Amino acid sequence: MAYSSAAFAALADPTRRQVFERLATGPRAVGELAEGLPVSRPAVSQHLKVLKEAGLVSDHPDGARRVYQIDPKGLGALRAWLDQFWEAALLAFQEEVERANDDEESR
Amino acid sequence: MTSLKIQPAPVRKTLSVKASPERAFEVFTAGFDRWWPRSHHIGGVDMARAVLEPRAGGRWYEVGVDGAECDWGEVLVWDPPQRLILAWRIGADWKYDPSLRTEVELRFTREAGGGTRVDFEHRLLENMGEAGAAVREAIDSPGGWSGILAMFAATADAA
Repeated sequence: MAYSSAAFAALADPTRRQVFERLATGPRAVGELAEGLPVSRPAVSQHLKVLKEAGLVSDHPDGARRVYQIDPKGLGALRAWLDQFWEAALLAFQEEVERANDDEESR
Repeated sequence: MTSLKIQPAPVRKTLSVKASPERAFEVFTAGFDRWWPRSHHIGGVDMARAVLEPRAGGRWYEVGVDGAECDWGEVLVWDPPQRLILAWRIGADWKYDPSLRTEVELRFTREAGGGTRVDFEHRLLENMGEAGAAVREAIDSPGGWSGILAMFAATADAA
């Protein structure tokens, strides 16, 4: 079973994807990430916050700054994948319950 | 600095179904094979059946078209019609590991009007440890992420 590409919901934003791709080459501070991107540093911080909440990146202090890196264990991607997995499964469950209920009522 | 612990939040879902808690519970458990998506299989071959043995300690597993069974875990709490907790022992490598514990909980609550609210939670995801080769390889290989991201972008655009 492969990871679903659609699972990377936090990466739907193109700028956020760029930030994430930069992290793929190694740990970076916010300032380094913002260099060369067409968005402000606070905007980059905001994207990092979303990526962090999604479990895709982690951060740690390094002196006065914070350094970000891709979640080394890949749990964020896994969680995103499971989120999609269960979403689809529960939808199928809902359809079946309501179908079964209709059968019952029409009997 | 190596303390880079990530504790993923549980996956949570809430849905309402137009049926009683008794029926919702029954369909989820005894009727498991009727609704479980065939695309959601763990085993290496296509799934013929999905089984959830409707009792405390019962197993839930899939049966492949080759007849082989692939365990997912077992029923930890059986409290019809309001509560069900299942052990999900499938690791990030999509293999059954009896020593791995993650939990899937379902609560069925009667709503005014005769429907049922279903609260779903899949927790203890941090126990999955290293999330398998798929993610690591994607990060390590040159252009790995961009391949995945390009796929994602295509999917997102098509949606």
